[in-house]
Amino acid sequence: MTLLKGAHLHDPQVAIDDVADIRIDGERIVEVGEDLVACDGEESIDCTGCDLVPGLVDMHVHFRDPGYEYKETIETGCRAATKGGFTDVATMPNTDPVCDTGTGVRYQIDRSKAAGLARVHPIGALTRGEKGEALAEIGDMVMEGAAAFSDDGHGVQSAGMMRCCMDYVSQFDRVAIAHCEDESITAGGLVNEGTCSTRLGMFGWPAAGEELEVSRDIDLVRLTGCALHVAHISTERSLDLVRSAKAEGLPVTCEVTPLHLFLTEDDITDTYDTNLKVNPPLRTPHDAAALREGVCDGSIDCIVTDHAPHAAHEKDCEFEIASFGSIGLETSLGLMLTNLVLPGKLSWDQLVSLMCVSPRRLLRMQPVTLAVGSSADLTVIDPSIGYVVSDGLFESRSHNSAFLGTHLTGAARDVFVAGKRTLMDGVVA
Amino acid sequence: MLSVRNLIDTTSLTADDITQILDTAQSFAEVNSRAIKKVPALRGRTIVNLFLEPSTRTRSSFELAEKRLSADSLNMSGSTSSVVKGESLADTIQTIAAMNVDMFVCRAKFAGTPHLITENTDARVINAGDGKHQHPTQALLDLYTIRENFGHLDGLKVAIVGDLLHSRVVGSLAPALRTMGAEVTLVGPPTFQVMDPAWFGCEQTADFDSVIPDVDVIYMLRVQLERMEGAAIPSRREYNRLFGLDTVRASHMKEGAIVCHPGPMNRGMEIMPEVADAPYAKILDQVSAGVAVRMAAMYLLLGGEDNDLA
Repeated sequence: MTLLKGAHLHDPQVAIDDVADIRIDGERIVEVGEDLVACDGEESIDCTGCDLVPGLVDMHVHFRDPGYEYKETIETGCRAATKGGFTDVATMPNTDPVCDTGTGVRYQIDRSKAAGLARVHPIGALTRGEKGEALAEIGDMVMEGAAAFSDDGHGVQSAGMMRCCMDYVSQFDRVAIAHCEDESITAGGLVNEGTCSTRLGMFGWPAAGEELEVSRDIDLVRLTGCALHVAHISTERSLDLVRSAKAEGLPVTCEVTPLHLFLTEDDITDTYDTNLKVNPPLRTPHDAAALREGVCDGSIDCIVTDHAPHAAHEKDCEFEIASFGSIGLETSLGLMLTNLVLPGKLSWDQLVSLMCVSPRRLLRMQPVTLAVGSSADLTVIDPSIGYVVSDGLFESRSHNSAFLGTHLTGAARDVFVAGKRTLMDGVVA
Repeated sequence: MLSVRNLIDTTSLTADDITQILDTAQSFAEVNSRAIKKVPALRGRTIVNLFLEPSTRTRSSFELAEKRLSADSLNMSGSTSSVVKGESLADTIQTIAAMNVDMFVCRAKFAGTPHLITENTDARVINAGDGKHQHPTQALLDLYTIRENFGHLDGLKVAIVGDLLHSRVVGSLAPALRTMGAEVTLVGPPTFQVMDPAWFGCEQTADFDSVIPDVDVIYMLRVQLERMEGAAIPSRREYNRLFGLDTVRASHMKEGAIVCHPGPMNRGMEIMPEVADAPYAKILDQVSAGVAVRMAAMYLLLGGEDNDLA
């Protein structure tokens, strides 16, 4: 048994917002109350000054395993997730081979169990090989444990194919996750089309390249009834489209990354920092402000990292040939705390909804709460710790962070997965 | 001394920098008119011409400039460098830099490559054109040519016409003209227009004919057919009809106005032969100015005041 003493508990699901103690026995929470006294032989952990929330979930990461293990493996990805405070992550299927069969799903689940840290919930491909041409074995993947379906990394270019995918997914209790990118418009685009592309002399990736597919896929929700989750939205217009769909009562949700909340195209300077080359690209300050507003007013459902590890040689090169993506698991919580929660712009309850409750609901996972009987999936956060994002922070095999050099306040101190302590005082077990 | 260590873009140059380069180029232009076109200004210096993208005129211009400054040159192209064998550019630059070279002159397919080179060497770097980003020595030779014609740059009105989107000339010339007090109008079909002309401090229009009578310089851009991905214009014929500079359009030019072009020209497309060869066309003057301007840039970046110019 383990007793966590003196943390401030935050869980809107069970209306807890107070300092209290939590007792864990085995995999479950067995007692929540004030001034609980440690039993003989029980480990007591002082959490005074800390905040405690249900375990964090990131429903959009890339672990590169199988196929690109030199960038990240399931084990190193799980270490990064644990370091960042996460108990669960959902992996996108653009591995090599693409995760488009039950075997691929099973491989990832087995590997993550062997790692024994954060749980991995594979997201299967919508189409075979993510080629957008033929349905993947979605039913087979559901039976092996796929949490959702997406061709992330590519928009499904044909509206007819996307309609087919959504029709098919709708027979299962799963969400279709859309990477919205009309490649006929974004082809060759490297940065946001506008001032940034003009200034740096590079082809632009216009906002419309995303918004057209967001609009199209929302129309397809009306046609198919399939639940749609829009991945990594980056523009104000995309957010407005999702807002309208929600107001209409459609099963449409969306997510945003800290990259698109806290960085803009203006951060890409004449140094051509390739860590800022991401897909979708960093947008305007106006877009970022609108997205932050969407997070705070509840229009955006989840915070995800789109953790995209790349080896040094894939980033230490010309911007135009550098790979798209930034890692994010180890910085996501700190960025949210530093920029939104600690300044009082976002409540702890909202943070819990964005990083714990909604992603579990969308991935069809069992809810986790801070109530007696719940699985002991917990994240203890030290909101006072200050640090600079640097190579030494990362458990990820790759260090391509867009936030290198950023000063952050607040980080995960301890993580429990089904009662097992996977992060101890900031050190991965 | 220039305020910059390397010549990567014109947006980093002050008006004083530009004036200093143009004034120095005037001295070198005199050298280039001598029977013996050589000075010892950069004797003992080693300059690497790293041309990762094909180029004839820019490369020749730099090589001549180096020879006339008595520098030692090493020529590398994309096909002869290790980049094509899979070595990263950073590794290539560090390897060459380890041989104690003084300067890299780099032409690159990708925007930002010259900056990447500066991060991997202490040698000075001149951008000889990076993607559709910048081509600063082209802009400087254009300024030189225009100044030679008008005696000043301040207050001039310049139209840059044509394939704006794919042009590194726009990225470097427009800001440099603005820095020197000139007004710039960008002209081209919407499919060739830049996304944010305000960033260059320019107006942008598709109405070529309305601009012609108002400007002192018409700067015709080459339509970069090799850079076009997809059909941005219906045909060469229609482009020529709407945006080609022919004698009829040229007849509406202000008295004393000149025509420039960075070359190579698509005769019959953006410019008609009769215009290209007319006295008001300063295209060959630009080429001549290129050698002197590049001599000046290399001389000043390598600490020219310590050397003997003559």
